[in-house]
Amino acid sequence: MGTLKLLQGNEACAEGALYAGCTFFAGYPITPSTEVAEYMSRRLPQIGGAFLQMEDEIAAMAAVIGGSLAGAKTLTATSGPGFSLKQENLGFGMLCEVPCVVIDVMRGGPSTGVPTGPSQSDIMQCRWGTHGDHPVICLTPGYVQEIFSETVRAFNLAEKYRTPVIVAFDEIVGHMREKIEIPDKGVIPIENRRRPTCSPAEYKPFDETKGDVPPVADFFSGYRQHITGLNHASDGFPVNASPRIHTDELRLMRKVEANKKDIIRYEEYLLEDAEVAVFAYGVSGRSGKNAVEQARAAGIKAGLFRPLTIWPFPEEEVAALAARVKAIVVPELSLGQIIYEVERCAKGKCKVVGIYRVDGDPINPTQILDKIKEVK
Amino acid sequence: MSERYEIRFSGSGGQGLILAGVIFAEAATIFDKINAVQSQSYGPEARGGASKSEVIISDKVIDFPKAQAIDLQLSLTQESCSKYYKDIKPDGTLLVDEDFVREIPKGTFKVIKMPIIRTASEEIGKAFVANIVAIGAITALTGKVRLESVEKAVLSRVPKGTEEMNKKALRAGYDMAKARMN
Repeated sequence: MGTLKLLQGNEACAEGALYAGCTFFAGYPITPSTEVAEYMSRRLPQIGGAFLQMEDEIAAMAAVIGGSLAGAKTLTATSGPGFSLKQENLGFGMLCEVPCVVIDVMRGGPSTGVPTGPSQSDIMQCRWGTHGDHPVICLTPGYVQEIFSETVRAFNLAEKYRTPVIVAFDEIVGHMREKIEIPDKGVIPIENRRRPTCSPAEYKPFDETKGDVPPVADFFSGYRQHITGLNHASDGFPVNASPRIHTDELRLMRKVEANKKDIIRYEEYLLEDAEVAVFAYGVSGRSGKNAVEQARAAGIKAGLFRPLTIWPFPEEEVAALAARVKAIVVPELSLGQIIYEVERCAKGKCKVVGIYRVDGDPINPTQILDKIKEVK
Repeated sequence: MSERYEIRFSGSGGQGLILAGVIFAEAATIFDKINAVQSQSYGPEARGGASKSEVIISDKVIDFPKAQAIDLQLSLTQESCSKYYKDIKPDGTLLVDEDFVREIPKGTFKVIKMPIIRTASEEIGKAFVANIVAIGAITALTGKVRLESVEKAVLSRVPKGTEEMNKKALRAGYDMAKARMN
């Protein structure tokens, strides 16, 4: 039995990071993510870790990359406007294969938008916010307990696949409090990045012959490192030649694409015989579950598909779902973003209808129930 | 217990209503082992404006975390009362601070008036414990959570050195509500 606590989503996120072994946080406070930083600023010094408030979000992302290259598990937390600022360095982290975790507690946008209101309108920015072809792992928990466990999983995936991982949730689940159980140490397995076993003379930081996720040494550990945002050769130094750029880009994407089974996680609720499916995550997933229960009580065969991994997108699962239901309802706190992915995967096999809301309130179960009745 | 019981704490930013919700939810979940979620809504300003905090208590898992049909609403200011009363159930309860909420909205819900802030400032000596006085009253009015549990939750969340004052405030609110109920 672990420890029971009443925690805010943001606090549970910080607890998850600590459980996973995070010892370094760098950030710049922004509503509605600030409690993650506050919590880490209290806890990290107690465990010998370090907390840095940087001059802005750009610097915070850079510090998190630097901390990770020195061997630490690192975290930053932000919201829309700050997440926009982090994008260039996030791409740097992806190309340079730096494990780290970025929390985006979504609020209304664009720009400064609605600081204290919930949103899900950064979800495409999570996928395409930084330029160039790049792999993305993005997790979307909807309950406080899940924010804890998915933050642990985010660190594990970052270490295993040597890449930044994003955890995106909305202001409501970030700020709401629920009872959670923090498991005892060792209950959830913790991954650590593969480090070189060869001699420093033989070591190359991007040695593709060692597999799609090459081992990485810590800075200052005696192994020669070279990190650059230019496409690079196995030794880390810039390369501007075919076929290396092409093959290395493919390897970068393959790290995630070939391991989708390991990365993609979701909840299926009452979908076995469903005629109408709701596809929703975060607070909208919570409303969706309530709506599905109300629909079932009214004799309508409805079910819920609630992705915990939004990127890579659960393409095969949504395609299979579309082949067996009449319609998929997609409630989201934006004017329509993730619905395009659902439509892409449904390939016209069923109706796909959205419910959008951007006024600072969540989509309530009644709105979803009405739509389920309309499309059944 | 009925399946879902919704409480809203409303007033002005800075009155400690979010903390009030947190304390009540902690009493329910950690000390009384029943399901509860606490959520909040506030504007970008640090003080002032209408602020609310909601606690939902249920014997089932709580998926939708926001109040929709309120069983009990506390309003410490006129602005928050006028802005939020529409979600109160027809047979619900509206608890107001009688000095600050003078215009009672029309409805079939029950209205209970109490000098919450005056009790805090005159009887306890500090206006800022009004939120704890209110928790005491709500504990009595709802009967959903044990007073001992609420007291434990209060003591785990208030600053050191203020324990006795807060215990007194909780008891004052509880007793005042009990007197109104009889």
